[in-house]
Amino acid sequence: MSRKPSLNIPHPPARPGDAPDFDYVQISAAGAVERPEVNSSVRSMNHLTDDLVRVMDDEHAAVGPWDPQLDAGELQIGLRNMLLTRLFDAHMVRMQRQGKISFYMQSLGEEAISVAQAMALEPSDMLFPSYRNQGLQISRGRNLMELMCQCLSNTNDMCKGRQMPIMYHWERGNIFSVTGNLTVNYPQAVGWAMAAAIKGEDDIAAAWIGEGATAEADFHHALTFAAVYQAPVILNVVNNQWAISTFQGFAGGERRSFAARGPGYGIASIRVDGNDFLAVHAVTRWAAERARRGIGPALIEHVTYRAGAHSTSDDPSRYRPKDEFAAWPLGDPLQRLQSHMIRFHGWSEAKHSALTEELTDIVTGSWEDACSYGTMSEGPYLDHSELFEDVYKDMPNHLLEQRDELRRQLEED
Amino acid sequence: MPQMNMIQALNSAMDIMLSRDAAVIVIGEDVGYFGGVFRTTDGLQRKHGEQRVIDAPIAEGGIIGAAIGMGVNGLRPIAEIQFADYIYPGFDQIASQLAKLRYRTGGDFTAPVTIRTPCGGGIRGGQTHSQSPEGLFTHVCGLKVVMPSTPYDAKGLLISAIEDDDPVVFFEPKRLYNGPFDGDADKPAVPWSTHPGGEVPQDYYSLPIGRAELVASGEELTVLCYGTMVHVAQAAAERLQIAADIIDIRTLLPLDVATIKQSVEKTGRCLIVHEATRFSGYGAELSATVVEECFYSLEAPIRRVCGFDTPYPHAFEWEYFPGQKRVMAAMQALLEEG
Ligand SMILES: Cc1ncc(C[n+]2csc(CCOP(=O)(O)OP(=O)(O)O)c2C)c(N)n1
Repeated sequence: MSRKPSLNIPHPPARPGDAPDFDYVQISAAGAVERPEVNSSVRSMNHLTDDLVRVMDDEHAAVGPWDPQLDAGELQIGLRNMLLTRLFDAHMVRMQRQGKISFYMQSLGEEAISVAQAMALEPSDMLFPSYRNQGLQISRGRNLMELMCQCLSNTNDMCKGRQMPIMYHWERGNIFSVTGNLTVNYPQAVGWAMAAAIKGEDDIAAAWIGEGATAEADFHHALTFAAVYQAPVILNVVNNQWAISTFQGFAGGERRSFAARGPGYGIASIRVDGNDFLAVHAVTRWAAERARRGIGPALIEHVTYRAGAHSTSDDPSRYRPKDEFAAWPLGDPLQRLQSHMIRFHGWSEAKHSALTEELTDIVTGSWEDACSYGTMSEGPYLDHSELFEDVYKDMPNHLLEQRDELRRQLEED
Repeated sequence: MPQMNMIQALNSAMDIMLSRDAAVIVIGEDVGYFGGVFRTTDGLQRKHGEQRVIDAPIAEGGIIGAAIGMGVNGLRPIAEIQFADYIYPGFDQIASQLAKLRYRTGGDFTAPVTIRTPCGGGIRGGQTHSQSPEGLFTHVCGLKVVMPSTPYDAKGLLISAIEDDDPVVFFEPKRLYNGPFDGDADKPAVPWSTHPGGEVPQDYYSLPIGRAELVASGEELTVLCYGTMVHVAQAAAERLQIAADIIDIRTLLPLDVATIKQSVEKTGRCLIVHEATRFSGYGAELSATVVEECFYSLEAPIRRVCGFDTPYPHAFEWEYFPGQKRVMAAMQALLEEG
């Protein structure tokens, strides 16, 4: 039988009005995936790119070789930071709806990734986040008020009013600047790690992108450089199934996993349940040790689901079923950790409610503090000269003239 | 006459060309099922099929490179780059390949690609959703560069761009998608139905690439502008009650020098306005052209009102944006000089 060639057009299993269908997601049983020694050869662990590392089973128990054996105190920190991330996001989405900020991007459903990974890394490790990694900031102890000030472009904004909301950075916290341009952070993280190796320091770098962003050439650049120089870097792909309206098949996820890209470059790669806090923590610690001991870089694919809209400018009901998150087979990362802690670590619904209340107060209090530095409609305002600062270290004449021109014009008003 | 906003006009142009010419295809991020993040390709995939209105992986270099290959193989691709700010991963394919293919192969290989991309600010988009990079493209030999200012022009010029056998970079001032924005953000937005440029024929028509348009005429002053700034300049001239020739350049390359010359020889004063940053911006080319062509008619130095030479900010958007006030100040200064 002959068939005329035609383009393969990837189709998501469900569109609006269809029943959600996640049969395509390959899921391993919790505890079932072997944990290789940190110094194993890349060739010996190809299976880790098809399997899915999971620790928490359906009864919420931590099972198998990847159990990171965290104690109750560590788990409480993780839960707290995930919950704080979620409450922060919810508040900021509300503020955007009320016109208080121009834009926002939430990480709903993906909180375990940033929070567990920040905990598994050292504070001196350098992080190159995407726009959906606010959990990294929160886990490293960033004052929420400062994040909010950035979103308000106010007088306490670390970006001095020059960036859209969520494009944070934190120099002292070793978190690099978020940018709107996809995947650019990937080779930059590799370069940072190369510098650490050149200087003989044992800090490592980590970077995050979405699965959609793996299509950019910078993904290839990063993996090539990481592999060639064996740079101490962890490259994370957050596969949340959707890149705005296109599902993961459009980034090439139809036949092989995103983790499977790594071995082709000679990079150790692991596919992990991104909604399993314990699994993400364990895999990250494994990769970090590998990188820090100079054994090589690692690629981690986190399988998760983007539970919210892409951004506040997006309406996902136009391209995917409304109830997909409820049908997502890997559940809600926050609920899963909570259930595990209730069963095994003395946590309770009552404690959880109290924590929710405490953190909600922190969020609303931080917002009030942030607004005291100015909002979009009420002062104090940044000085206009900020517009012209930092284009260069020293302001060249043509910018000095433009700055004065604006000042004159504003004085006339 | 049907009313259309600029999104509908562009959609209509692509729809007509997809219907008329089986070689036309559309490719870009989110353009297919979803119809584009600005909804410019809404309904086109449903009507023309998935083999012709194609969602792309997030790879601008891949989109442009593939469009070149398709063009070489007989198609007439329309490639959408979601924001002009994200065109740079495709810049090598555009500047080194698409633009120069005809020349380096002695005309044997060509790729009639149209690249559509939303540009410009005024939407609180900060430095990654507001740029006006047209000057980077007018500096590349082998590209044509277009930027319409009304739905009527957008449709007619996009059809010409698609039909053009040379590559065209087609910039869409996104702040004009839904209405003729005149730079005053405090005023309620007005729809295109309030503007004659919102009257758009349903059927096929084309407007020539290489022809500027005189959108207002007067004796005192010439304003050279394009995109959103056409509306800003018009509003400024009206507020000052200045009788100005306002020329919408429309096609930046090739440039309609004759229309400019005729006007400046008449008025003797020339103001150049664009949203893009000033230094080495397209206005410098316009200014040089006016000096070369009309030197003896000039009664005052040429002035430029442009974006400040900084990245596009998030706060101070309206201080940064070259709005009516800055344009009016320059107009007054020009009239007082010489
Ligand atoms: C170079 C570049 N091209 C296009 C865009 C527009 N854009 C912003 S986010 C996005 C989707 C990214 O999806 P993914 O990488 O899967 O990450 P997610 O948003 O799902 O976390 C697109 C196309 C961009 N920001 N940068």
